[in-house]
Amino acid sequence: METIRFTLNGRPTVLEVDGDRSLLWVLRTDLGLTGAKFGCGEGHCGACTVIVDWQAVRSCQLSIRDVLGKDVLTIEGLAQGGRLHPLQESFVARDALQCGFCTPGMILTAYALLLRNAQPSRAEILAALEDNLCRCGAHKRIVEAIERAAERG
Amino acid sequence: MAEDRFEGGVGGDGVAGRRAAGAERGEAAAPAVWPDAHPVLARRDFLKLLGGGILILFTVPGGPFALAEAQRRRSYPTDPNAYLHIAADGSVTVYTGKIEMGQGVVTSLAQMAAEELGVALEVVRMVMGDTDLCPWDMGTFGSMSTPYFGPALRAAAAEARAVLMSLAAERLQAREDELVLENGIVFLRADRSKWVAFGQLAAGEKIARRVAGEARLTPPGEFHVMGKPVWRRDAVEKVTGRAIYAGDVRAPGMLYARVLRPPAHGATLKRVDVSAAERMPGVRIVEENDLLAVLHEDPEQAAKALESVRAEYEVPKPAVDHTSIFAHLVSVAPPAEELDPRGDLAAGAGKSRIVIEQRYLNGYVAHAPIETHTALARSQDGKMTVWPSTQTPFPTQERIARALDLDPGDVRVITPFVGGGFGGKSAGLQAEEAARLAAITGRPVQVAWTRAEEFFYDTFRPAAVVDVRSGVDQAGKIAFWDYAVYFAGSRGTDQYYDVPNNRIRVHGEWMGDPAGAHPFAVGPWRAPGANTNTFAKESQIDTMASRAAIDPLEFRLHNLSAARMLRVLRAAAERFGWKSAVAPSGRGYGIACGIDAGTYVATMAEVEVERETGRVRVKRVVCAQDMGIVVNPEGATIQMEGCVMMGLGYALAEEVRFEGGNILDRNFDTYALPRFSWLPEIETFQIRNDELAPQGGGEPAITGMGAVVANAIFDATGARLLQLPMTPERVLAAMKG
Repeated sequence: METIRFTLNGRPTVLEVDGDRSLLWVLRTDLGLTGAKFGCGEGHCGACTVIVDWQAVRSCQLSIRDVLGKDVLTIEGLAQGGRLHPLQESFVARDALQCGFCTPGMILTAYALLLRNAQPSRAEILAALEDNLCRCGAHKRIVEAIERAAERG
Repeated sequence: MAEDRFEGGVGGDGVAGRRAAGAERGEAAAPAVWPDAHPVLARRDFLKLLGGGILILFTVPGGPFALAEAQRRRSYPTDPNAYLHIAADGSVTVYTGKIEMGQGVVTSLAQMAAEELGVALEVVRMVMGDTDLCPWDMGTFGSMSTPYFGPALRAAAAEARAVLMSLAAERLQAREDELVLENGIVFLRADRSKWVAFGQLAAGEKIARRVAGEARLTPPGEFHVMGKPVWRRDAVEKVTGRAIYAGDVRAPGMLYARVLRPPAHGATLKRVDVSAAERMPGVRIVEENDLLAVLHEDPEQAAKALESVRAEYEVPKPAVDHTSIFAHLVSVAPPAEELDPRGDLAAGAGKSRIVIEQRYLNGYVAHAPIETHTALARSQDGKMTVWPSTQTPFPTQERIARALDLDPGDVRVITPFVGGGFGGKSAGLQAEEAARLAAITGRPVQVAWTRAEEFFYDTFRPAAVVDVRSGVDQAGKIAFWDYAVYFAGSRGTDQYYDVPNNRIRVHGEWMGDPAGAHPFAVGPWRAPGANTNTFAKESQIDTMASRAAIDPLEFRLHNLSAARMLRVLRAAAERFGWKSAVAPSGRGYGIACGIDAGTYVATMAEVEVERETGRVRVKRVVCAQDMGIVVNPEGATIQMEGCVMMGLGYALAEEVRFEGGNILDRNFDTYALPRFSWLPEIETFQIRNDELAPQGGGEPAITGMGAVVANAIFDATGARLLQLPMTPERVLAAMKG
């Protein structure tokens, strides 16, 4: 067991855990944050995506020790003060989801994209999302939702 | 926008709302425990809990339900198992055995109830897939929710409205024709200061009444809620991470299980050594008959424990693989069922100027929902409650009852949101495993399959073979059609062209009859069989058009008289900007049409083929659909777009590789799903047809995707692709002729 201090959704967090455990499962079990999903366990699908220090990462591929001293944002922390983030609002307005299982990963991947590039081209959006899988085929609306959110700043 | 614009969807127990409160405060919320306001409540207690209010009990209209009844010897209930509930505050609860897996019925069924009841959509709450609370249902598949459950729900809601209107007339001391209903409030037309709300009537009267089945349904011209585009009601939960799926349900003291799996189907366990796992702290091992599982409070520890298990299997020598499977299937095929025989094939062949004989193939395709099969099971006070990701709550309830030798009434299945199904979440093995382990350990147990288990136990879309021989006469008419399909079944074989001499032979069904034909499980995959059949059929039509030197659209129009088909084809052509040309024209334009689940669909596509690599890029897809009355145009459009995108996968890349019972593709690194870079311009639209009741919408638009891409590749290159998926290697090979 070791002490892991990090920031989770804006709040200082301290855990006494086995540092080898994956970020995904610590989030999903100990911390009760189930918005990050298990999809493939090998970093291929992006359903477990969270933001660590403003980068989109695959939480199934990180250990909890990897986020020591870092800033972690999960989908649960994206809405502020009861208001949806513009990306969330655009995903709702464009109906950019079906089963919704890949949605948190899509939104957070787009969030990281917009942090580094506030006005991405369509090609840049497609490239950023290339390794996030959606089986329902909501791709068209996901891209449109991200464009809409970018337009609205 | 307020975050809670939409109230929670399935389950409806408020779990999402509770968790959200923690999340909004930025706190690490407590693990989501399914809040059992009524954990093992008997139905009569549940009714008591509902208190005052009007229950509307469904009866079964004739028609489509006879089919369900014949198949399953059950139907939508005639006993008091099914209802709408109208509460004193005017809120309406709809109970349905259907589940929400992305197809949008959480929204469209609520629209139907709101429309027929005459209330605002916002007051309708959906409780879905809970076997204790919802009417029996065979499952959510086959594009049947809207055409089959829909009429029962609409009839119930319409009857409820009739009951309430008569109560309102008594209360307001007026005749019913003097009343007007607006959003659940009944006004006296002549004096709007006199009114009564449905909620008041429900609270005061406390009656239960049975639906007569003859209540007047609202005609399309009078729709207020149906036929209007509505945002998904589950969207806010899904964009905030609050939506609860099976893997998100927690119970105090729960264990995570990992089950020992064989390396191949057909392998037998010879020796197993669990001693290393036994030494790991907190690990619990269960061995019972065919089930060997390791359990731990931490899912990763359970995985480690399973890795430490040494198991030796005897694996049979592979008899077939993904290349030899087609000859194998034809050789083991059962005798054909013959459909729609017309005329005289030999006479038709005699009149033919051109005769074409081609064999079409497609390999096994995985469902690959992003959510793997998952279930939590908990045994308490003699009742087994299971939260599975499933398309079939009631059959799963029966499966669990059989496995545990319980009365089905002692098993409750509660279905959270399902993270994709496509037909693949119909079997319920993971739910049975979780229930068995919960019964053995006395602890709540979650079974969540890994991606490798998901591929291994998937009930694949079957590999299939289609042989077609057909001819065209001097006038450009189809003179005969002789069609034989092996293992895809009959769906999608309907002869909608005007063919005087016709034979359709169906050898084996998509569910894998006879047993043992396939080396592993197969099952329904989004529009079962119809993708295979439409690929063969519409590719053959295109081949005939080309050989007859007729534009493929003109050839189809020339051989069709079905008005709905002509309409969708012309509409698609107009939107696409189709200009007549004999294929191959070099433009890369393709066309396909078909009928599925009562819906007529026409698709056109433009592709670009990279000549050096054989790589196909689909640039544009236009899809027109006549699905009768459209309940939620927004939802229908989304389904069509999803069909187009998902269909690109089986058209271009998806194929399960295997050696005997050993599945070689076990994750997304080798099994390719459609990605964002594949996204074509997609234009989908519905053709207004309010004369016809709502037809299926979740599947029809996917059925033509193989054919439309194959036909576009032919138009671009002159190469005819006869096997799905159309990988770069196969395209290159076809171009070399």
